[in-house]
Amino acid sequence: MNATAFDVAHMLAGSVVLVSFMMLYQDRLLALLNVFALHAALLSAAVAWQATIQGAPHLYVTAAIALFFKAMIIPAALHRIIRRLGIHREVEQVVGTGITMLAGMGLVALSISLMLNLTASADALAREDLAFALSVVLLGLLMMITRRNAVSQVVGFMSLENGLILAATGARGMPLVVEISVAFSVLIAFIVIGVFLFRIRERFDTVDDSALERFRGDVG
Amino acid sequence: MTVAGFNAVELVLLVPAVSAALLAILPGFRITAWLNTLAALLTLLAALSLFGAERPAPGNYLLVDDLNIVFIVLNTFVGFTAASFSASYIGHEIETGRLTPVYVRFYHAMYQLMMFGMNLALVSNNIGLMWVAIELATLTTVLMVGVYRTPEALEAAWKYFILGSVGIALALFGTILVYVVAQPVLGEGTAAMVWTNLIARAGEFDPALLNLAFVFLLLGYGTKVGLAPLHAWLPDAHAEGPTPISAVLSGLLLNVALYAVLRFKLLMAAHPEALAPGPLMVGMGLLSLVFAAFMLYRRRDIKRLFAYSSIEHMGIIVFAFGMGGTLANFAGLLHMVMHSLTKSAIFFSVGHVAQIKGTQKVAEIRGLTQSHPLLGWGLAIGVLAIAGLPPFGVFMSEFLVVTSTFARNPVLALVLVFGLLVAFGALLLRLTGFLFGEPTGELKPARASLLPLYAHMALVLIAGLYMPGPMVDWFRAVAKLLG
Repeated sequence: MNATAFDVAHMLAGSVVLVSFMMLYQDRLLALLNVFALHAALLSAAVAWQATIQGAPHLYVTAAIALFFKAMIIPAALHRIIRRLGIHREVEQVVGTGITMLAGMGLVALSISLMLNLTASADALAREDLAFALSVVLLGLLMMITRRNAVSQVVGFMSLENGLILAATGARGMPLVVEISVAFSVLIAFIVIGVFLFRIRERFDTVDDSALERFRGDVG
Repeated sequence: MTVAGFNAVELVLLVPAVSAALLAILPGFRITAWLNTLAALLTLLAALSLFGAERPAPGNYLLVDDLNIVFIVLNTFVGFTAASFSASYIGHEIETGRLTPVYVRFYHAMYQLMMFGMNLALVSNNIGLMWVAIELATLTTVLMVGVYRTPEALEAAWKYFILGSVGIALALFGTILVYVVAQPVLGEGTAAMVWTNLIARAGEFDPALLNLAFVFLLLGYGTKVGLAPLHAWLPDAHAEGPTPISAVLSGLLLNVALYAVLRFKLLMAAHPEALAPGPLMVGMGLLSLVFAAFMLYRRRDIKRLFAYSSIEHMGIIVFAFGMGGTLANFAGLLHMVMHSLTKSAIFFSVGHVAQIKGTQKVAEIRGLTQSHPLLGWGLAIGVLAIAGLPPFGVFMSEFLVVTSTFARNPVLALVLVFGLLVAFGALLLRLTGFLFGEPTGELKPARASLLPLYAHMALVLIAGLYMPGPMVDWFRAVAKLLG
């Protein structure tokens, strides 16, 4: 594999991590959705590049799913939901931006040092890809923890899944079965979430899940 | 056995899949409840025929061996009894208007889809396929937990969904890492995801990366087993969904996730230089046991109470498998079977109790032996068994776990016994409240299907008194396989 191919792969995967960071400090839902769309589009480019340099045409399918489904359809649908619920102007902040960003940097440092040390035997491209992918997964988790709003938790979860796809495509020759199922699971997850969002709305007139916590059966 | 050209393994998968589709289109809850039970019975028969049938050679996707046959038979058996309990339970829910016919149709289709997902996870020889199947089973249970659409049910389903997805995402990352480890040895493509290939060549893998993969897999699937500190979803999901689902969650889904952990534990054990998985599992198991035992004291909701008891028992099982060795594995396996049977029986009775009394609050359930003696004593037998009193099978298996641990590590055994006693105290304290005192709530005799409850308890009792020779040999063979 030549140096340019490697550099481009590196850059694309690195940008996905960077956009994960951008998501951490978006406190408005619509902005968050736009950044998520960018995240998915970059993922799609990274996957398509992997397809080219690995000579694995089936990965283009994964790239296309990421581009059309995650970067377009899902953000558009969530836009609609948010507007219909009338929460598109809401500002949410549970943990301060500074602390979240510091925690994020710590997680990225952790995953890079962990993966690069442990995967000394694997080929360079797969190593870096896995390190970036783990960072994206951990940043997604961080986002799910620091947000209260159900929609941003969903976005956090989807960015986490993006990290998983990055890992799966970085692993050379991983069977298509798994990739399609990953995409499929996102679809199912989205349907499930959609159902829940509407149900939550029906009952509480809010999608802030701290409102749900009042109903803990065990307290009182 | 072959029916119409399908072998037994395919039937175990096909029957629930076809029934799920059928139940989704058929109207009328009486016939669908009946069909649901019938489908579960057919699946059980197909699973039983796996004993007699010649085992197909392990393929790229499906596998039948001594280990998973235990799980499949247990899974389909409890699936069947829970379906027959569900038929009477759902009838009551329709009458009281808690569920509408549309939701019941949805519920039955999801029930079969969940059975399909769990069976697929158990027979899959492909770690990717196994992951997909467990995810499918999880998503269907999420939907069923939320089926009542009360605020509590929605919160429980949401929490379960979020924590379950995080767990399942970590498990997928672990699965990808296993593939990355295996790929240089087994080559690219499906071959490097087939479990039988992986285990055959495990010795040649890179140990450091394999360790990392196992940590992800243990955390990921461990969330689904309900191990502390990743258990937060479990009590809510048990308490707020329909009770048949609490029974299959505790009795089956936790086992399926445990099965995944065991498969990867075997993989680790096959590599001489890899991290020993035992201590990690022992630690998580003991933590879950002691933590859940203390949590039992402060529960005010009867289904939450038994959900914490499930965490406690999964802790014991994981602990036993973590200790390893033929005796401890035997004990763990036996305890798993006994816990599944007993805990689902308890949920069968709790379901009827909660329907009769119209509440799940511990404080408002009193005097069951006076108002509903058969049901009350059934619950009493179940609770005494799960608390670990002789002559029931749970006592036998707990005794085996404790003695095998004492022989090897007395300090751990002391912690184990301490946890068991704390839990024992909590359960007996609650039980006397349920059984005696001035009866509360509805006093009229109720229609309840007691057969599944007593059938389970009879099996647990028989296992405690006398284990048939062939069964002991079978379990011993599996225990040996687990190393």
